[in-house]
Amino acid sequence: MFVFHDFDLTWRSPKFSVIIYSAIPFLCWVRERREVLLVAFELNPDPGFLSKQALVIRRDIIHMLGQAGSGHTGGSLSMTDLITALYFAELKHDPARPNWPDRDRFLLSKGHGAPALYAILARTGYFSVEILSTLRQHGSMLQGHPDMNKTPGIECSTGSLGQGLSMACGMAVAARLRESDPAYRVYTLLGDGELNEGQVWEAAMSAAHYGLDNLCAMVDYNGLQIDGETCKVMNLEPLADKWKAFGWNVISINGHDVNEILSAFGRARLTARQPTVILAKTVKGKGVSFIENQAGWHGIAPKPDEVKKALEELR
Amino acid sequence: MTEKIATREAYGQALAELGNQHPDIVVLDADLSCSTKTNTFAKKFPARFFNMGVAEQNMIGWSAGLAASGYVPFASSFAVFATARAFDQLRNSVALSRLNVKIAASHAGLSVGPDGASHQAIEDIALTRLLPNFTVVVPADGPQAGLATKAVYAHQGPVYLRLGRPQVENISKDLSFTIGQAQILRSGSDAAIIACGTMVHEACRAAEFLARDNISVRVVNMHTIKPLDTEAVLAAARETRVLITAEEHSIIGGLGSAVAETLAEAGIGIPFKRVGVNDCFGESGKPDELFRKFGLDADNIVRQVKGLL
Repeated sequence: MFVFHDFDLTWRSPKFSVIIYSAIPFLCWVRERREVLLVAFELNPDPGFLSKQALVIRRDIIHMLGQAGSGHTGGSLSMTDLITALYFAELKHDPARPNWPDRDRFLLSKGHGAPALYAILARTGYFSVEILSTLRQHGSMLQGHPDMNKTPGIECSTGSLGQGLSMACGMAVAARLRESDPAYRVYTLLGDGELNEGQVWEAAMSAAHYGLDNLCAMVDYNGLQIDGETCKVMNLEPLADKWKAFGWNVISINGHDVNEILSAFGRARLTARQPTVILAKTVKGKGVSFIENQAGWHGIAPKPDEVKKALEELR
Repeated sequence: MTEKIATREAYGQALAELGNQHPDIVVLDADLSCSTKTNTFAKKFPARFFNMGVAEQNMIGWSAGLAASGYVPFASSFAVFATARAFDQLRNSVALSRLNVKIAASHAGLSVGPDGASHQAIEDIALTRLLPNFTVVVPADGPQAGLATKAVYAHQGPVYLRLGRPQVENISKDLSFTIGQAQILRSGSDAAIIACGTMVHEACRAAEFLARDNISVRVVNMHTIKPLDTEAVLAAARETRVLITAEEHSIIGGLGSAVAETLAEAGIGIPFKRVGVNDCFGESGKPDELFRKFGLDADNIVRQVKGLL
C-alpha cells in the first residue's frame, strides 16, 4: 500500500496538481526501486558505542538549550540513554526516507523532551547537526514541542501531555491492517508526571484489549514533575502493578544501563498478544551534577556559565 | 421523496457503502455504535471497526495515529462527547497536524429530546469551527447526509460532520453536494433565511407561511459552516431586505456568528437576527416541544422576519 500523506498538494493550482498526480505512478516506481536499493539505518548494539553517542546527545542538548535560552533540561537528559539505545540499536528506520512505510515508529509522548529527540534525529542523519542551534527560534524547523509537519523524522505532534500513547495505538493497529506488507513496531516514551493524565489509562486499556504486541511504551520514571516529587504531587505507586492490572507486559529497568535497555527491547519484541511497558528508573538531569534530581530544572535552560560547567562534566 | 430518514441513519448506510470501495476507511466508536449507526459498517467490516469503549479522548488519539499511517478514520459518538469532551485531542492530536480524521457525531442539538441538557450539544459547531484546518459540515436531511459522508471521505483534512437523532423531512431538492457551496432552496426578495441542519426544514416552512402574507423569502441551506460560502451570504444580504440565521445550536459561535462576522467585515448593515438556542442549556422533552419552547420553530422564524421587516 502506498501512503501519500507526506505529499501535501492541496494548495497547488489545479493545473499543477494534474502534472504532479500524473507523475505519481513514476514516483511509485522509483520508490519501489529505492526500497530494494536502500538499506535501513545500520544499528550498533555495542554498549561502548552507545555510551559515546549518549554523551554526544547530552552535549547537544546543553548546547541547544543554552542557545535557545528556554526549554526542558531535566527531562531531556533523563531520557537520553533510552532513545539513544532505541535509535542506534533497535529501531528499524532510515533517515534518508523518513516516510518509509515499513519503518518502526517512535512517538515522543512527553513532547517537552524534544531537544533530546532533535539531537538524536540530527545525529542519525535526518537533518544537519547545524540546525540544532536554531531550536525554538522563529522560523526554525525545531519547534518548542515536536511538530510532524515541520521536522523530518517526527511521527506526531505532541506537547499536550497524555496523547501520544493513543496515537501510538492507532499506528500499531494500522501495522496490523496492512496485511501483506511487513509489520512494523511502534515505540513511545511517556513522562512519569504525564501518567497523571486520564487519557493514558484509556489508551493503556485499549492497547491491551486489542492485544497490540507491536507496541512498546517506555516511562521515563525520574520521580520528579514540575511541582516536585511525583510521590508528593500525585502518587503513581504501585506503578508496575497498575500496568500489570491493565494487561500489559511490564519490564522494570535502570534507564541509564544500556544492557538493561537493550535486553528490555528484546523481551518486548518477543512478547506476543500483549503490549509492553518499560518502566525505566532514571535520574532527572542525568549527567550534569548541578542539574541532577532538581525539580526546578524541569523547564529552564542553562545560562552561559552553566553551559560551560555542564559541558566540562560531559566529557 | 417523502420517506423520512435520520441523518445518522443515512451516514451509517453511506459509510457501509463506502467501505466496499475504499479499503482505507476505518471506523471507531465509543460504545454508541447502535445509536451513531456505525454498527452497519462494523457488521460488514469487523476487522476495520474499533470499539473504544466509553473513551472519546482515546478514540480521537487512535484516529490520529491511523490517519498518520495512511488510513481514513471516521470516529463517531454523540456530538457533545466527540467535541467538548475530546476537544484538546481534536486540537493537538488532529487539527494541529492537519491529520485526515473525520469526526462524525450524531445526536447534535436539542432534538436529542428526553435525554436532556447533558446530552444536547449546542456548542459543537462553535468548538470545531474554531479549530484551524477543520471543515464543518451540517447536512439538512438524510439524502444530503449520505452525499456529505461521501464528500467528507473525498476531502483531504479533518472534518466535523454533524448528524442528528430524529428522522427529518427530505427537503434538499438538489441531489448534488459540494463542500462549501450553499444551496438556495427557495428564491425571494423580502427576506433571506440562512439555515443549517434540522432548521432548514423549519426555514422552508416559515417561508411558506410568510408567502401567504405576500412576503417572499429566500431560503439558503448553509450545509457547510466552514469554509463558509460568503458569496451566498453577501448575495442574500444584497438581494433581500432582512437576514435571519437559524440553527439548532447556541446563537454564540455557530452559523449565526459566522454570518454576522461576514456581514460586518463586508461593511453590510442589514436588519439581522440569529435564531438558535439563546445562551442557555436545553432540557428533557420531545423534540417538537423543545423546538417550540426554545424558539427553534417556523413560527418563531416567521415572528422574527416580521419583526425585522
